[in-house]
Amino acid sequence: MNPVIISASQIVKKFNGLTAAVDGVSFSIEKGKCFGFLGPNGAGKTTLMRMIYCFSPRSSGTMTVFGRDPLREPRSIKQRIGVAPQEDSLDPDLTVIQNLEMYARYFDIPKTVVQQRAERLLDFFQLKEKVRSKIDKLSGGMKRRLIIARALINEPELLVLDEPTTGLDPQARHAIWAKLEELKSQGVTLVLTTHYMEEAARLCDELVIMDLGKIIEKGSPAELVERHQVKNLEEVFLKLTGKDLRE
Amino acid sequence: MRLGESPLGRRVFKVWLRDLIVWSKYWHGSLVGSLGEPVLYFLGIGYGLGSFIPAIEGIPYIQYLAPALIASSVMNSASFETTFSSFTRMEIQKTYQSIAATPVSMEEVIAGEILWAATKACLTGTVMFIAVAFLGFIHSPWAFAAIPVVMMTALLFASIGMTVTSYAPDYDFFTYYFTLFLEPMFLFSGTFFPLSSMPPLLQTFAWFLPLTPSVYVVRSLFQGHVGFHLLGPLLGTIVLTLFFFFFAIRRMVKRLVV
Ligand SMILES: Nc1ncnc2c1ncn2[C@@H]1O[C@H](COP(=O)(O)OP(=O)(O)OP(=O)(O)O)[C@@H](O)[C@H]1O
Ligand SMILES: [Mg+2]
Repeated sequence: MNPVIISASQIVKKFNGLTAAVDGVSFSIEKGKCFGFLGPNGAGKTTLMRMIYCFSPRSSGTMTVFGRDPLREPRSIKQRIGVAPQEDSLDPDLTVIQNLEMYARYFDIPKTVVQQRAERLLDFFQLKEKVRSKIDKLSGGMKRRLIIARALINEPELLVLDEPTTGLDPQARHAIWAKLEELKSQGVTLVLTTHYMEEAARLCDELVIMDLGKIIEKGSPAELVERHQVKNLEEVFLKLTGKDLRE
Repeated sequence: MRLGESPLGRRVFKVWLRDLIVWSKYWHGSLVGSLGEPVLYFLGIGYGLGSFIPAIEGIPYIQYLAPALIASSVMNSASFETTFSSFTRMEIQKTYQSIAATPVSMEEVIAGEILWAATKACLTGTVMFIAVAFLGFIHSPWAFAAIPVVMMTALLFASIGMTVTSYAPDYDFFTYYFTLFLEPMFLFSGTFFPLSSMPPLLQTFAWFLPLTPSVYVVRSLFQGHVGFHLLGPLLGTIVLTLFFFFFAIRRMVKRLVV
């Protein structure tokens, strides 16, 4: 068995002491795997991701990332994580290359290293022609690719992707999937939230389905289809949550 | 709640650097923006209206006004940066959230923003200082001691501005802050006329406005009036600055890290 990268037990997150957005969630994620969190809008996926990448403090429960507690050692954990948040959070005051360079500074990466890495990443994500473009001149798909490229500037051992392909056309989505598969083959652990069953089926080794802050099912995509005796993951999801995803 | 690691450290300067890099692309426009108003006041009120005004406290009106305008222009520039500009970065651009996903803490993001705003305001102040020197209005070497006081003023108003931002639901909130607080203060802090021309009760009240001590100290230094009378206002400004600096950070972290 691979070493465990994230282990979480009975995680609860309440905003203003009100109802729990994440309500007693436990899971553990192994090194080198792609772990998916599926769930309808408001299920608590983003809230959970933010606790993993040490942005939000949890209300209760225990969690370790790389064996450390996000509440105690956020810096050393964040140093080893790449985060591609759900919302477009590229720095619109900077160009494409400056976005990567500035981000690298936050990680204390030496300048000479950054140049090589940035070039390689822009190449990898087919953004080479846009090096000096301003962010608002990029298409949605390019922005998404740049967000992922930015998340990789510190060569993270763990990449957290909150809905990496939402709002993209099928080509752009497939392009990103191919890149993520390549990263996985390089040994990067992926944690991913998604609304697309096709995405989950293609990328995830293991996944959980969340609804209303709770995990209601877990397993590999194939296991889930088998267990529920349906044709595909989408039907598992609909059966469990009773909701259509792309509403 | 953070345990273990110290939330404020050297990474503050990475955030500061980010703002500097962005500013260096648009600095001309930005400088014109923050210098325009004080220069207009200087010409219109100082020279224009001032020529009808007899000497105040023994000096020509324009020389009376100049140091106060340096202090208040720094106040305006710092305030603008940590309100309208910071709010945009926080709410619209999500810059704070994305920086806080790196080893930089949210505390450092906010502190870096405040320091940047203070720096930017000091640039405005420096340009004005040089202009005033060229016009021959500096009569005492003590005027150079006004520079750190102006820096402190910049930091103070950057911190107060960030505190206001921590409560702001939208941009309108800043309009209230500027028109109901900063602009009256600009008029009644001994900028344009001596406090002594106001009724005693108002004078006492004016001393509680955060701009008043700065204007007083800067003007005294310009005229070489140095003495223990500067100690109280200086100390007051320092204490207020430290308070608002840390209070703003605490408030913003509370707002953003949920
Ligand atoms: N800052 C906040 N303050 C109060 N409530 C919040 C906050 N952030 C999220 N919530 C609530 O927590 C619940 C979970 O939200 P979350 O964003 O984690 O869902 P999600 O699964 O990511 O949804 P989506 O698929 O739409 O992105 C929602 O009910 C949301 O309203
Ligand atoms: Mg979400």
